[in-house]
Amino acid sequence: MADFSLDQVNEMYMDVLKEIGNIGAGNATTAIAGMLGMRLDMKVPSVLFKDAAKLSDAICPEEETIVGVFLEVTDAITGSMMFILKLDSAAYLVSKLMGMPHEEGEPFTEMELSAMQEIGNIIAGSYLSALSNMTNLRIQPSVPYISVDMAAAILSVPAVIFGQYGENALLIETEFGDDVMIQGYFILMPDQESYPKILQALGMPV
Amino acid sequence: MGSLIKVGMADLKVAKAPDVLTTLGLGSCIGLTFYDPVAKVGGLVHYMLPDSTQLRNNSNIAKFGDTGIEELLKQVTAAGASKSRLVAKIAGGASMFQVSNNSTVGQVGARNAQMAKTMLTKLGIRLVAEDTGLNYGRTVELDCSTGDYLIKSVGKPVKTI
Repeated sequence: MADFSLDQVNEMYMDVLKEIGNIGAGNATTAIAGMLGMRLDMKVPSVLFKDAAKLSDAICPEEETIVGVFLEVTDAITGSMMFILKLDSAAYLVSKLMGMPHEEGEPFTEMELSAMQEIGNIIAGSYLSALSNMTNLRIQPSVPYISVDMAAAILSVPAVIFGQYGENALLIETEFGDDVMIQGYFILMPDQESYPKILQALGMPV
Repeated sequence: MGSLIKVGMADLKVAKAPDVLTTLGLGSCIGLTFYDPVAKVGGLVHYMLPDSTQLRNNSNIAKFGDTGIEELLKQVTAAGASKSRLVAKIAGGASMFQVSNNSTVGQVGARNAQMAKTMLTKLGIRLVAEDTGLNYGRTVELDCSTGDYLIKSVGKPVKTI
């Protein structure tokens, strides 16, 4: 199992990931709703299985500016994860959180970037705690790193990480909101040695 | 006006004047170009990882610096470029997230740029210009009429190298 790759994942594993995505997205929505002091609805997340080199057009045109929050994960499971928001969704969340509108067309201020980083942190944290609870494995996230840039450039990061092991990448799409629906994407990237640990902890054949 | 030919990630293409080769949003990847100013033949490879020998799953040659650059050389010379006149330019190799340790994410951009230089020395082709590193994405265009390599980034003026 040393050379586990997403190229050989089966239906059952996809279902498990979907379920982790579901619970994680649910936790994240609750956390964001609490932070913003509002009620949020959530749609059932969908799992996209893509060629790693074509990840960039799964979300939006390659040159569209998006927001990516990246965290490294250590302890029993090692690897990294990324949370992606479209620019308008990010601007909406930030303006809700800070209680003032984002100047349209302007770059994010330091303050807004740091609010964004915090939102990413909470969302990623909710997702990771879902994974940790389901597997009973300890997971320690790093501080979040943020980048606001072209989709293709940001998505080259997961593309490279998945590309080391195979041709495919896995992406979980979520949608939550009130009158405005926010689309977000999770990308979980366990290191190769962590895949069997996750599967084993979930009682799946390795 | 020639046509704009898109090169995807882990992909390579060759074109002649007046066409333009482009690749969108290079992050840690490298966009390496070969250009013969006399034959006006150009090529662009967009590779993701430096070294194919480090991995077992390496069937896509354009995904790796070592194999991708060799293949690009083969294809531009087959399209009429002369190896002795070829010049190379590179862009990309950014580190999109400022991670603090020595993980793949922090290092791959710099390693990709280094592989371009290693390969060019090995093949005896001159590197005439580069715009690499830092922490932002780059969209690039190689104009096969002039050999100009245009670099566009979010919130920055267009650069020609």
